[in-house]
Amino acid sequence: MFGKLSWSAIPFDQPIPLITSIVLIGTILGVLGLVTWKGWWPYLWKEWFTSVDHKRIGIMYVLLGSLMLVRGFADAIMMRTQQAVAVNAAGYLPAEHYNQIFSAHGTIMIFFAAMPLVIGFMNFVTPLQLGVRDVAFPTLNNVSFWLTASGALLVNISLFVGEFARTGWLPYPPLSEATYSPGVGVDYYLWAVQISGIGTLMTGINFVTTVLKMRCPGMTYLRMPMFCWTVLASSLIIVAVFPILTATLAMLSLDRVFGFHYFTNTAGGNPMMFMNLIWAWGHPEVYILVLPAFGIFSEVFSTFSGKPLFGYRSMVAATLFICVVSMMTWLHHFFTMGSGPAVNTAFGISTSIIAVGTGVKIYNWIFTMYGGRVRFSVPMLWSLGFIFTFVIGGMTGVLLAVPPADFLVHNSMFLVAHFHNVIVGGVVFALFAGLDYWFPKAFGFRLHEGWGKAAFWFALIGFWVTFTPLYILGMQGMTRRLQHVNIEEWKPMLDLSVVGVAILVVGVVCQVIMLVVSILQREKLRDVTGDPWDGRSLEWATPSPPPFFNFAVMPNVEGEEAYWGIKLRAIETQQMSPMPKYEPIEMPVNSPVGFYTAFFASVTGFALIWQIWWLAGLGLVGAFIGFVVFAWRDVHEFHVPVEEVESADRARRASREALMARLAEQGALP
Amino acid sequence: MRHQAGIGFDGRAFVPAADMARGCARMPGRTTRRTFVRAASRIGAVLFAAGLSGCARSILDPVGPVGADDAQILIDATLIMLVIVVPTILLAFWMAWRYRASNTKAEYLPYWSYSGRIEAVVWSIPILTIMFIGGVIWIGSYRLDPFRPLPSNTPPLEVQVVSLDWKWLFIYPQEGIATVNQLVVPAGRPIHFSITSASVFNAFFIPRMGSMIYAMPGMVSQLNLQADRPDTLFGVSSHFSGDGFSDMQFQVRSVAPAEFATWAQSAHSGGPMLDKAAYTALAQQSQHVAPSTFGGVEPQLFHAIAMQTVAPGPGPEPANPSHAGRELAPGGRP
Repeated sequence: MFGKLSWSAIPFDQPIPLITSIVLIGTILGVLGLVTWKGWWPYLWKEWFTSVDHKRIGIMYVLLGSLMLVRGFADAIMMRTQQAVAVNAAGYLPAEHYNQIFSAHGTIMIFFAAMPLVIGFMNFVTPLQLGVRDVAFPTLNNVSFWLTASGALLVNISLFVGEFARTGWLPYPPLSEATYSPGVGVDYYLWAVQISGIGTLMTGINFVTTVLKMRCPGMTYLRMPMFCWTVLASSLIIVAVFPILTATLAMLSLDRVFGFHYFTNTAGGNPMMFMNLIWAWGHPEVYILVLPAFGIFSEVFSTFSGKPLFGYRSMVAATLFICVVSMMTWLHHFFTMGSGPAVNTAFGISTSIIAVGTGVKIYNWIFTMYGGRVRFSVPMLWSLGFIFTFVIGGMTGVLLAVPPADFLVHNSMFLVAHFHNVIVGGVVFALFAGLDYWFPKAFGFRLHEGWGKAAFWFALIGFWVTFTPLYILGMQGMTRRLQHVNIEEWKPMLDLSVVGVAILVVGVVCQVIMLVVSILQREKLRDVTGDPWDGRSLEWATPSPPPFFNFAVMPNVEGEEAYWGIKLRAIETQQMSPMPKYEPIEMPVNSPVGFYTAFFASVTGFALIWQIWWLAGLGLVGAFIGFVVFAWRDVHEFHVPVEEVESADRARRASREALMARLAEQGALP
Repeated sequence: MRHQAGIGFDGRAFVPAADMARGCARMPGRTTRRTFVRAASRIGAVLFAAGLSGCARSILDPVGPVGADDAQILIDATLIMLVIVVPTILLAFWMAWRYRASNTKAEYLPYWSYSGRIEAVVWSIPILTIMFIGGVIWIGSYRLDPFRPLPSNTPPLEVQVVSLDWKWLFIYPQEGIATVNQLVVPAGRPIHFSITSASVFNAFFIPRMGSMIYAMPGMVSQLNLQADRPDTLFGVSSHFSGDGFSDMQFQVRSVAPAEFATWAQSAHSGGPMLDKAAYTALAQQSQHVAPSTFGGVEPQLFHAIAMQTVAPGPGPEPANPSHAGRELAPGGRP
């Protein structure tokens, strides 16, 4: 009846996951109770869960990603402390638990923290920057979000029911095959990633279409803000490689459940094939994350230097160059397979060639500051911290691309330090910069500057104190994923790394305080102008927060840096653009189909993990019914009446006029 | 264990300062080629080693030619990149500071966003650097191909390596002996390792001897290493392989050739025979396995493991019905 599921799936004998689960479940019940007691359900359902507004979906993505970031960080704290106390000792986490933790840490951080955060920014920013009212497929966008959330839910259920994978964040067979991992851990991984992967693929399709087909009048390709270019490149990679992930994980599932032999030890299975396929997805995945991060930095450097981005066309070329070459480097993840010097040379060189594109970008950001008026606001601090951190991470990356050097530090703590160096220094720093940069646009008030700066400094220093020791440990021959350590000499560096983690914890606390303080002081931090940073792209032409239809009238773009041009003209002539003729706007209606589909996807995933076949069938049928009902709906769109559009835009124009007058008075603009 | 500095496999570390210093001085390379690059990279290597890892036990203190060459390439590539990276970081900070908003002396060029000359330079710098590194990659990959035999007057010692859950089996086919979790090699003689796995992926790695390579089920990879002098080192599995992974560490003793012959002889005369039955028992999952020796080995055992004519290592015991979905480590079964 219930497949492999029974009461013993709940870890009554393991205090750490049990207590964590109870606390978590208690917290969730508490939140649900509060929402019920306050009667917030109708609001949440109508305005958020079923929303097809790209801004709301973006905010929900960022919220999901932030929660998962904290969860993944908790795993990281446990890993670093375990290794520090387990020098010639057992430590406090047994191997079967520790192995789940590092697997969950990687899985959560990549799939459920970094991806949702990056996609959240893509969602919130791209249509605003392109001057349009929504993405190409608004309802699909909602479905994508809920499928991602469904995957995150499954990963977190594994904490309390059963176990998570103990194979690392990429489950290499034969270790991940049923012979060597008979538990449900790998199945949790497979179905969580599979479901969220489908969501990501749909996001990729959505954003390729949006950027190619949905630009406002005059927004030619070479007038798009840099961030939109990176979104396009990143989405193209998603469309190209996520099917590989889906197929590869499907093959592993067939091996595990139905005894196929794609990757098994015996009967002609080839485990190396899995490594090739998973990295054919996995390496481009890094660029899916980091390209939008580069886009965020491009916006920040330009805005806070008060100048256009230096070498815009060159940046576009570098972005597309990275987009293509990223798919030609995967083999550097296993030079140590022994594939021969010719293959290793080819992939070593293709890998280091990516550094050309990245190097060009770094120099272009530096020259964007040349002749500028650089304001050291919080986003700019993150960006400068990024250049320092990322350049060093890039250097160690090229080192790892040199096969003979890789033969010494492959799979070592040096590698761990390297990819945190680029992913934290590149992606996470960008996300924090973006958070501070676009928060006023999303919520109408700025984040507290002092706490933001404190968070930056603790994060930067904490990062280096955590990961420099790991570089050193890698040089000393320490391999990664050790549950305990047999060499006393490594103890000081492991301890130092824990100190770094403690500093990072302070940084995280500062971020939380920043949010709380900012919300409490929101009236003081209110952004009435809609343009708090003296911005240059179209999102700053809207009020903060923007109306759900973004633009009352479609903007007409006449050059690069669309909003900057409009602003200059307005200041010069001391006049807003003439009063437009307002027309009713067609907007898509909200839809519960995303929530509904994801609910049944979660049920199906859970049933497949525990091999409860009837429930899996039920889930699939339920999801299918959802699609059918959605496909037969009669009302797709509704009209926003002219009066509503006009009154919203009048308010915007009034605040703009005040801003223009003030800017002209200051003479801030040339 | 004649050379005490550096390794205590059991975790006791005793590294006399003099030895550390010697290690540092010895480390950069074997031959003296009086070129500027060599000299610079040597200085860099010493700084690198001293600054980063304190030298002892580090991959930057290799005991053989492969490790030395690998480390040399690591250091050379680092130095090549530092030449670019350090000025770039300094330029970034200088630019931000020079053009800070409060600096009224700096000119403001609000429309300046293109310069063909600067573009040419910023594309050239990374391209030239990567071309240089590309040369290092190309030459290094061929010269340090793990499969390539090392030049030597003495024929290599053959060692067949099998990764098991969770220990290492070393078969010496020429000597007709086998060991578990300990590797004894003659100093100054090349060793040719043939490596396979009886269950899941592992990687065979002796950090101070140089290159690592995967141990893969159903496949045989090769690795050529050499220890130049007697020393005691540690080897590891550097690819995660399951619950007992952390203890897949083994002791490596490089001894004088005469001592090696004596050791092999005494091993051959004592210890049990490694036949199919003994191997099947050994292939069961076990953790933290103490080193042991077999006095004889069934011929062609390695071949049978690699070709999987003997069954691959079994996984964990069938899931205990009292722990649905949660596999439990067999833990410590010898």
